[in-house]
Amino acid sequence: MSLINPLARAKGHGSAKSGTRHWWRQRLSSLLLIPLVIWLVFAATRLGGSDYRQAVAFIATPHHFAVASLLVVALFYHTKLGLQVVVEDYVHTRWLEITLQLAIKLFSLLGMLIGLVALMTIAFGD
Amino acid sequence: MAQFRLPKNARIQKGKEYKAPAGGNIRVFEIYRWDPDSGENPRMDRYELDTDRCGPMVLDAVIKIKNEIDPTLTFRRSCREGICGSCAMNIDGTNTLACTQAIEDCKGTIKVYPLPHMPVVKDLVPDLTHFYAQYASIRPWIQTQSVASPDKERLQSKTDRERLDGLYECILCACCSTSCPSYWWNGDRYLGPAILLQAYRWLVDSRDESTGDRLDELEDPFRLYRCHTIMNCTRTCPKGLNPAKAIAEIKKMLVLRSEL
Repeated sequence: MSLINPLARAKGHGSAKSGTRHWWRQRLSSLLLIPLVIWLVFAATRLGGSDYRQAVAFIATPHHFAVASLLVVALFYHTKLGLQVVVEDYVHTRWLEITLQLAIKLFSLLGMLIGLVALMTIAFGD
Repeated sequence: MAQFRLPKNARIQKGKEYKAPAGGNIRVFEIYRWDPDSGENPRMDRYELDTDRCGPMVLDAVIKIKNEIDPTLTFRRSCREGICGSCAMNIDGTNTLACTQAIEDCKGTIKVYPLPHMPVVKDLVPDLTHFYAQYASIRPWIQTQSVASPDKERLQSKTDRERLDGLYECILCACCSTSCPSYWWNGDRYLGPAILLQAYRWLVDSRDESTGDRLDELEDPFRLYRCHTIMNCTRTCPKGLNPAKAIAEIKKMLVLRSEL
């Protein structure tokens, strides 16, 4: 129980004056992911019957390489933004919240880098 | 950490039963009862009521129960015509005003609870202190820098005035905010649909001169951006308003004034 004044409680520590950029980028990245996922389906069906060499050659094509890289970046960025909101919504234990938020930043960045390095290894490997 | 059950003293138990004399058009009401002084758990009391001898609305039934069956039943009510917002409660699974909800339109046993996820004062009376404090925090009055002319009103054109339609009708009954899961989980910091609709009402008022300051105050991951367009607010509003749209308009205003 606390005898804090209700208005003081409602005002809290004031407005963070942020959130618009996060919200807007979440919408933009989701829009960007629509064509990228369509490309992914297209790539998967095209590569269905092909062997290893053909698959490598496909990824190494400059425009497919660029689209695949963009997909990896957009996907992990969008995942990071989304998971951040999930933790803000549901995790109310302070230490756990902070740990999870930092872990989300770290692992989404790691995932993005691993994806990009993997693509580069395929494209420029030999 | 995570809690999956209500604390022991909050679990709802079976309550008393009040039978009606046979005959007539009997409807059953199950009403949430909790008395802070008794030390007992909340319970669901069951009242049978002859609706032929009762007004058409759920509020009529609740008043009849208090007057004729069980005077200990506690609830708020005032205008009985949907303009004061006092009798907001959860009826038949939906937050609404007891005075505008027809008994006829409810299915089967009519369950009545206080507004969800608010501290309960007693029976159907929720504690709305924080809700009202949040309303006060958005400064819901006209704020101007220019001095008002002493001999005439601050004028509005017809189109300026029309922008307030669908906003000014809000009676702050709290049905929408207490139906919003985001408000349930983060109501300490999230303003909730009712307060955000009111904030928008002042953002689009042509006479107000503090739009920028108001937007600054709202731009916050919790105050505004806890809205995930769940739309429960719009579905439940007993006045047929659209708080979700008002919130979307605030988000649009914020995006358009910032770097795209």
